[in-house]
Formats: sequence, structure tokens, C-alpha cells
Amino acid sequence: MTTVPGQPQVLLEARDVVKHFPIRTSKGKQQVQAVDGVSLQVFRGETLGLVGESGCGKSTFGRCLVRLIDVTSGSVIYDGVDITDLSRRRLREHRRGFQMIFQDPYASLNPRRRAAATVEEPMRTHRTGTDAEIRARALHLLEIVGFDPSYADRYPHEFSGGQRQRLGIARALALEPRLLIADEPVSALDVSIQAQVLNLLADLQDEQSLTYVFIAHDLAVVHHIADRIGVMYLGELVELGDSSGVYNSPRHPYTEALLSAIPVIDADVENRERIVLTGDLPNPIDKPTGCAFHPRCRYAQDLCRREKPVLQIQTDGRQVACHYPVSPARRSDATDGAAPPQSS
Amino acid sequence: MSEPLLDVRGLSVSFRTRSGLVTAVDGISFQVGPGEVVGLVGESGSGKSVSMLSVLRLIDNPNCVVGGEVVFQGQNLLELDDASLRRIRGQEIAMVFQDPMTALTPVYTAGWHISEQIRAHEKVSQRAAMDRAVQLLESVGIPNAADRVNSYPHEFSGGMRQRVVIAMALSCNPSLLIADEPTTALDVTIQAQILELLRALQKEFGSSIVLITHDMGVVSQMSDRVLVMYGGRLVEAGPRRDVMRDPLHPYTWGLMGSIPPTDGTRATRLSAIPGAPISPADTDRDRCLFAPRCRFATDSCRPEPALVAHKPDHSDACVLPFGERPALRLQAISPLGVRA
Repeated sequence: MTTVPGQPQVLLEARDVVKHFPIRTSKGKQQVQAVDGVSLQVFRGETLGLVGESGCGKSTFGRCLVRLIDVTSGSVIYDGVDITDLSRRRLREHRRGFQMIFQDPYASLNPRRRAAATVEEPMRTHRTGTDAEIRARALHLLEIVGFDPSYADRYPHEFSGGQRQRLGIARALALEPRLLIADEPVSALDVSIQAQVLNLLADLQDEQSLTYVFIAHDLAVVHHIADRIGVMYLGELVELGDSSGVYNSPRHPYTEALLSAIPVIDADVENRERIVLTGDLPNPIDKPTGCAFHPRCRYAQDLCRREKPVLQIQTDGRQVACHYPVSPARRSDATDGAAPPQSS
Repeated sequence: MSEPLLDVRGLSVSFRTRSGLVTAVDGISFQVGPGEVVGLVGESGSGKSVSMLSVLRLIDNPNCVVGGEVVFQGQNLLELDDASLRRIRGQEIAMVFQDPMTALTPVYTAGWHISEQIRAHEKVSQRAAMDRAVQLLESVGIPNAADRVNSYPHEFSGGMRQRVVIAMALSCNPSLLIADEPTTALDVTIQAQILELLRALQKEFGSSIVLITHDMGVVSQMSDRVLVMYGGRLVEAGPRRDVMRDPLHPYTWGLMGSIPPTDGTRATRLSAIPGAPISPADTDRDRCLFAPRCRFATDSCRPEPALVAHKPDHSDACVLPFGERPALRLQAISPLGVRA
């Protein structure tokens, strides 16, 4: 890759990634359309946050990015190399560069392996050095994530949830990756511990110039940690833009509703207008026609039912997949007096 | 305040284990007024669920020791005989649990769950109970309630299932509803629906609610009064507005500082609380339990500080001088840089 000064470099690119899972139902074979054509770029050194409700395909997409599962169609390009069709052997060479942090710190650690051995394993798989070197690096990594050496011989059950997550982070760092995909890394943790882990991730990024793809359902957390935010709905990317922009003036009606649903700490909540979405997430087997969000959208028009909007770049660089994106003016209109749609 | 509906006095809950006595709840006292929504916040292991479960004597572990008094409508629930307690459970005090899947029996329909509860407390026909089940499902916002009353739990989504559980809890028009993390298992948009529903129903039926949650945001939106628990004790209690605007206890500061700001600004680092929550098995209890994680801890954090009212109705358990709290709080959250 050539380096253009001042120009952000693309480290990872997803091109029209599709992942369908075949299932058998009473209506015969059908496809769960978990990820339905997502394209985006991750720039070197940035944190890209991916948000959406459960079932929107964000985790599946994250797994496609590191090829833990194979895509149905489309391609994933890491550092100029298309990893979609690499052989296992070739893939392994490239995998050193991108590692994953998992959601559940209880399920993602081998209960019979000691802390140091857990961190050593990827280095042994990739034969990065002698036993002594690997051991020394493991201890160093444990120290980086805040454990003193006496913890090296403990088993996962002797650690608390937050400590386990830090162990998972140490393991992910073992091969000196450039890109970390973190799938809901803090959602299983208590708030006080969640803040510790978020701070650790931010420190590590500063020290090792890491690139993160941070997948979470909590928009406030993602806004805190990410430079750019992508919002997913039913397997599609509906909005993508810089963190403050998306958070402070959402363009897609879904992002707007998602933001308004966050319970805010506020002494005067009575004054706050909120948009309560009606209904549930539609079934990803049988997606609505047109815009997938139209059945729950307060601004939906005929066009939205007929025609599927594509992700378009707006003048300010924001990408939105909506026929009638929310403009700041309309937003204040809508929130001025109009009663929010009721759920019941 | 008028006569409280629920008056918890010195409630303590401990468990006998092989490694000694574990104290889950350590002498908490609070009151819930009629029509009041009380938010009980704390992290996992702080004793918030256990304390409310023991109010209804729902812990049947023989190694569980419950002390203190729980006075509800003039009766001490902890000393009530089983038959009288059964009349109160479900009819006067109802409970909504965190996980709507495990709270419902998979082999029975939504209507069965609700009518069973009605018929356990009132002499009505199966048919009348079913009719009421349909009305209740309608009032909690389930579309086509007349059809859905015959659906099984697995045919509902998570949010809809929680609505069924709420309908069940409201079926006998209870004067107190205990909701234990009712939205934690749900997505934010669904959480907003359920909170909205609880608020509307609370206004309509006038029940009191004790809302157990770990989420300061949820508490801030729902409750009239906030109780903060740590290590089985109340560390702060007060009206929502006061607690949210001028929290007194360093733990409450930490709890609020751990949450990414939602006002649109971005902090580079959160003012996290160092260390891990205290274990209920910790036997060194004659001190402020938060002291090991508190940056303002001194020798005077021992013995245990009492819950002191600084303003009418707003109290906390901390030895720091009241007048210096605002300055100390600023100091506690100062390492925050703000980035664009």
C-alpha cells in the first residue's frame, strides 16, 4: 500500500459483505439474512463503532471481518489482501494482524488453562519465539492489562468478570495485532468495571496505535470510545459518520429513535421528549419490502414501502440509507410539541 | 410523609456457607409511600435483589437467615403465617423478574398464566378470568390480545413476553409492584417501550413501584426516590432530583462517572472506580465498605459510618464533611479531559 501523507489509510475494507444462514422451517428451506450487503472501510488508528439492537447482524458481521465464519458473498480486504478466499494456512499468516475480543469473558477462556498459558497460546500457535521469550512476553502482557506476576498461574474461575475481560484483551494483544475487533467487550460487566475496561482499551490504543472495530448495543458507550459510528438495522448499514455527528444530529430515523431510547441521567427528565419505537425488530428471514425500517418509522411514506434506499454520501460526508433523512430543522419541528407515537 | 405502604426496618439477609457466614444485606431501612416509585440501584452483588426477594420471603434456602422487620399495611411480613402471606403475594405485592422467559411456564399459554393468578386470589369463573386476561394484555399494549391470549411464551418476543409478565403482575391490582431489572434483558428501544408502559400503568393504577436496577439512567427516568446500595448497605438515599444533581456519597459519584456522558460531550477517559466491588463474603465489615476503592478514604472510615440525613430526606453514609462534598466531587471527576 502506498502512503499518502494526511490521507487516512484504509486498513480493513468490507465490500458488499453478505451472510445468509440457511435454515429449515415449516415453509421449507429459508435464509436468515443476517448481514445483507454491508460495505465500509476502517482506517488505520481509528475506532469504528458498530451499533444496533440484538439480531441486527453486528456480531455476525464482526465475525465475517476476521473470517471466523465465511461470507456468503462479498469480500473482506485486510491491508490490501483479500482474505475471503485465502487458504487456512495463508489466512493464519494474516490473522496475526487482526484479533478478536469476545463478549462473554466466562465462555471465551479455557477454564483449565492458567492465565499465562491462555496468553501464550496464540504465540505458540504462531511460533513467535522460544519458550522463554513467549513466557516473558506473556508476563509483560499481563502487566500491561494490570495484573501483577502472581496472577500468572491462576485459573479463569479465580478471576472476576472484569479481570477475565482484561485477560481476553491480553490474549488478543499477544501477536501484536494492528486491528482488534471487540464484540460487546463491556456489556457483561458492571458499570464501574465497564469504565475500567473502556479506559484500558483507550490507553492501549494510544500506546500501541491500534485500530479498533468496537461492536456494542450501547450507543453512549460507542459514542464515548469511537471516532466514527456505523448503525446497523436488520443486517444493513443505515448510517455511518463521525461519532459526534451521528450522536448529536442523527440523520437516519432509526438512529434518532435509538438515541432517544437511551435512558439519560437527568434531574429534570419530565421535560424530555422521546421517540418510542412501536413494535419489534422484524424477522430477518422475511424482511419488509422497501426500506427495512419502514414499519417502525414515524416518517415513512409510500416510497419507503416500495423502494429500498441505498447508502448515500451526504454533503457533510455522512452516509445515510434513507429516502427522507432527518434534517436538523425537521428534527426540531418534530420534537416541538408533537406527541410521541405511543407504543400501546 | 403520609403512612408508608412498605416500611423496611433493619432488614438483614445472610447465608450460611461452608466458608462462613456471607452477608448479602446488612441492616437496611427504607420506606415506600403509596403511589411512590423507588429506584434501588447498585452493582451485582450489592444485595438489591436479595433484599427485595426476602421482603416477600421468596428465598427458600434453608441456610438463609433473615433479620429485621418488613411492615406492610401494618403487618410484619417476616412473621406472617403462610396462608396470610399467600394472600399478599401476587394480590397486594406483585413481582416482575428480569428474565421474562424463565418467569413464564413454557407449556402454558399467556392467558393461562394470567387467569391462574386471578383465580388464585379471587372467586371468578375461568371464563371471566380469561376475559380479564384479554383486557390486561390489551392494557399492556399487546396487539390482537384476544388471539394472543392463547399464545405460548415462545411465540412472543422478549419485549412482548415482559409485557405478559407485567400483565400478570398487575392482574390483581397490587398496591406494590417490585420490578427486578425488568428491562435489563431487553434492547434499548424495547426498554424504552416497557419503561413508558410501567410509567403509564403506574399513573393509571396508582401502585407503588420498587424498581431494582443497575442502570442509573433507568432510575433517573423512572423514580421519585433513589436508594443506592453497596455491599449490602444503603450508602445514599434521597429524592431523585437531589441525588442526580448533587450526589453525596463518593460511590454514587463513581457510579455516575463510570457512565459515558450522554449530553453529547466526549471524555477521553471515564472516572472509573478502581478495584472490584466488595465481596459479600468479606468479614471485615465494621468500616465503610467502599473505603478500599475510595480516593478520599481515611482512618475515620472505621467504624461503619451511619446513614445521616444532611437535608430533609437526603441522607448518605460517609464521614466526609458535608460542606466540602461539592469540591471533593469535582476533584473526583476532574481527570476527565474533554475531546471534540
